[in-house]
Amino acid sequence: MSGRDLGRRLRERDRTAAAPALNLIETRTADGRVQTAALLAEVSPAALGGEAPAHVIGITGPPGAGKSMLLSALVKEWRSRDRSVAVLAVDPSSKRSGGALLGDRARIEHDPRDDGVLIRSTAAGTMLGGLAPPTREAAQALSAAFDIVVVETVGVGQSETDVADLCDTVAVVVQPGAGDVLQFLKAGIMEVPDVLVVTKADLEDIALRARRDLAAALRALDARDTPVVLVSSVPPPSGIDELVDALDAHRAQVDVTASRVRARRLAALAEFTLEHGEIALRALGGKRETQRLLAELDPGKPVAELVGELERQRS
Amino acid sequence: MRTYAGHSTARDSNVLYRKNLEKGQTGLSVAFDLPTQTGYDPDHELSRGEVGKVGVSIAHKGDMHALLDGIPLGEMNTSMTINATAAWLLALYMTVGEENGVERKVLQGTTQNDIIKEFLSRGTYAFPPGPSMRLIADMIAFTVDEVPKWNPINICSYHLQEAGATPAQEVAYALSTARAVLDQVRERVDEDTFPRVFGRISFFVNAGIRFIEEHAKLRAMARLWEELGRERYGVTDEKMLRFRYGVQVNSLGLTESQPENNVIRIVLEALAVTMGRNARARALQLPAWNEALGLPRPWDQQWSLRIQQILAYETDMLDYPDIFEGSKVMDGLVDELAEAARTEMAVVAEHGGAVEAVDYMKTQLVESHRERVRRIESGELKVIGQNTYTTTEQSPLQTGEDGGILTVDPQVEHAQIAAVHEWRSQRDKEAVDAALTKLAAAARDESQNIMPPTLEAAAAGATTGEWAQTLRDVFGEYRAPTGVQDAAAADDGTLAELREEVERVSEALGRRVKILVGKPGLDGHSNGAEQIAVRARDAGMDVVYQGIRLTPSEIARTAADEGVHVVGLSILSGSHRELIPTVLSELKDAGADVPVVVGGIIPRADEEALLAAGVSRVYTPKDFEISRIMGDIVRLVAERHNVAAAA
Repeated sequence: MSGRDLGRRLRERDRTAAAPALNLIETRTADGRVQTAALLAEVSPAALGGEAPAHVIGITGPPGAGKSMLLSALVKEWRSRDRSVAVLAVDPSSKRSGGALLGDRARIEHDPRDDGVLIRSTAAGTMLGGLAPPTREAAQALSAAFDIVVVETVGVGQSETDVADLCDTVAVVVQPGAGDVLQFLKAGIMEVPDVLVVTKADLEDIALRARRDLAAALRALDARDTPVVLVSSVPPPSGIDELVDALDAHRAQVDVTASRVRARRLAALAEFTLEHGEIALRALGGKRETQRLLAELDPGKPVAELVGELERQRS
Repeated sequence: MRTYAGHSTARDSNVLYRKNLEKGQTGLSVAFDLPTQTGYDPDHELSRGEVGKVGVSIAHKGDMHALLDGIPLGEMNTSMTINATAAWLLALYMTVGEENGVERKVLQGTTQNDIIKEFLSRGTYAFPPGPSMRLIADMIAFTVDEVPKWNPINICSYHLQEAGATPAQEVAYALSTARAVLDQVRERVDEDTFPRVFGRISFFVNAGIRFIEEHAKLRAMARLWEELGRERYGVTDEKMLRFRYGVQVNSLGLTESQPENNVIRIVLEALAVTMGRNARARALQLPAWNEALGLPRPWDQQWSLRIQQILAYETDMLDYPDIFEGSKVMDGLVDELAEAARTEMAVVAEHGGAVEAVDYMKTQLVESHRERVRRIESGELKVIGQNTYTTTEQSPLQTGEDGGILTVDPQVEHAQIAAVHEWRSQRDKEAVDAALTKLAAAARDESQNIMPPTLEAAAAGATTGEWAQTLRDVFGEYRAPTGVQDAAAADDGTLAELREEVERVSEALGRRVKILVGKPGLDGHSNGAEQIAVRARDAGMDVVYQGIRLTPSEIARTAADEGVHVVGLSILSGSHRELIPTVLSELKDAGADVPVVVGGIIPRADEEALLAAGVSRVYTPKDFEISRIMGDIVRLVAERHNVAAAA
């Protein structure tokens, strides 16, 4: 199956193309890269006639915050609103052997016969604290075929920057009593997310206190409009529909085109640097000059073509 | 003396029980099938292939009536291996007693009811830890007055050893579990009753082949138990402080190769728990010599019963007082074990107790088991017939028509499904619904005891699945930790060659070799799958492992969506003949055209059938070298993708 065919099928929202497309995107052989570029060209704004329609949501938070329970509940809620969902779970485990244990950490309950849900886990690999290029490309590809694309990562702090670049909306998940997020937020280590989610709301008092503390910190950061949603995955689940509404409300107020164009340019810069190194970046006149070059290029171009342009400019 | 038995239908098991009682057995030990143990009716999707497989299927009080037909319940001592659904099965037992005119006051027996070890080892849990512990506490508080001769809980260190626990871990985790249970019950009964509650707690322990150390372990456990009673709970009555335990000797050490050697192992292990009077087992259960091959037949079980009878009636073991009293070696061993166990108990307490420490304990067990597997693979730990002295004469024991094992007729499942449909159509639906509504209300209200509405539901004719689903709706579903995530990476250098091959094939493929390790069905014995998952990770593969209890369609969907190159399935319950072909066809439907390997207790005849059905490789307990299995798997992936063999 060629990359072009897979891309075309994704554009036609053919669910069966999703898994092979992800396999191809992860393939780092020379042919794999060429095919991936062809695939992504088929789902680029030029081919789609506009930005991909999906809502790309980053969900991040420390281990043990209850992200997989939350995602199980969210997936169920989105499905009940008849929206298809793809989840890309980025696993931080990267051991000396190079192998990783995936899927255990974030097992998301869903009906295996429901074609409207796709769950894919990937190892973060060597990209400590960031997103591997395949994750970005996967999110872009799936955006053409699903209504919601979730990028789930573990972490609190700087690792969210990549997620924020890629996603339309970023939600940070915390459990009550965990002070890290509060401290990181106050200290400016962490950027203010678009939505804050406090899990384990069944622990009533401490959940309410956590919300109060977070709200106070947000006020101090002049981000009082950032919603803080309390959710509980313990039956009876609560807060999930409010969370979905809050995510929708955020998406309605962002300029999706601008943020996606920015994301593609940042991705092109990152990819170019990864492929050719700092030396090549300096040859183009440095990081800021490269960003300026990118800003002059057609905003609808897929990342691979942007990188190709930079490569031509360098030679 | 009894043997652990029960299979297929209640009626067949009843015949078997009556036969065993005639042969001189003095009690019943009931094994339930996995759907009954995990709270699903025979017609539930997850029950497929499991109905009547590892024990008897009990879906309602009608089945319980059939199981106990003609057996004098007032005189029986009945041990039920049941945990997550223990409250329900006890209620069914009591209901049958009552409907046969036997008062609950005279009922004698034991429900295993130790949920912590289900999260750690055996996998037949149904509800999350908190609510599960509450059910146990409710049962204890209820039975202590209502069914005073019943042992409501039998804390199991047995399964911890099967999951790889060292003797100190076995003692520490079992006693920590007891402590968690007692702490919870203490809030539910009055002070005067509490010493009796303490006295009703019994244990179910394991005995391994290092039988001197194993004996010391039991003495250490008795000492620590008394300590716990006196110091933490202020129990002073000597009788209540006595450490009471039953034993099933080790199955982990039983081999598939030269299985006749297992008889010798079983005898030695039986000695561990009988030879010293001060720490002698109250009840002894012996596994069958051919357990690693498949389900034992009645003859195999008889052989195990004879071992106990010879020990009791022919030897002079019972003629003497404690033969280790005053032994410096034994005392030293006991001191050492007790100290190590105390230290480990303190670590569990630091985590907040056994319930909160489930993740910690699971990780420790996976680590210990990995060490054990490593030592066997390297030959450091000698297992005769498996990694040492492996040449053998042809065994005449395995050449019979049945290949030396029992097989369950697959028709049993169809019949049970039809029977449960029939049952549901015949009963008073309104009464059942009313009882289940009350049950749900009691579940939501912690101040109520779950037993009265459970008894009402049992009498009204509710089914096992309905009872459990009502509670699942209130308590939520739960998934136990797999313990693999935190397993340390192996670094002993033995994997270098394998890693190199994984890297080479991964590079040729363009992405890392990715494997799905799946456990289809209700079988919760995950030790093997966990070791495979960890080793695959250590070999450099990306491993998708999601724990136990997956349906074939979940496995197929995950394999396809995750883009794995190969699928490894593990089944130990004997349901491979039903489940594996289903997984294969579901994989095909999901568009995942990948090689499938299977591991488990798989009789030779079935192995051929599985290979014919499209399975690439079948591994059984005799394949103890996991690294070799990994090598096979990488080769399979390479072949499928036309990656040339290494030069």
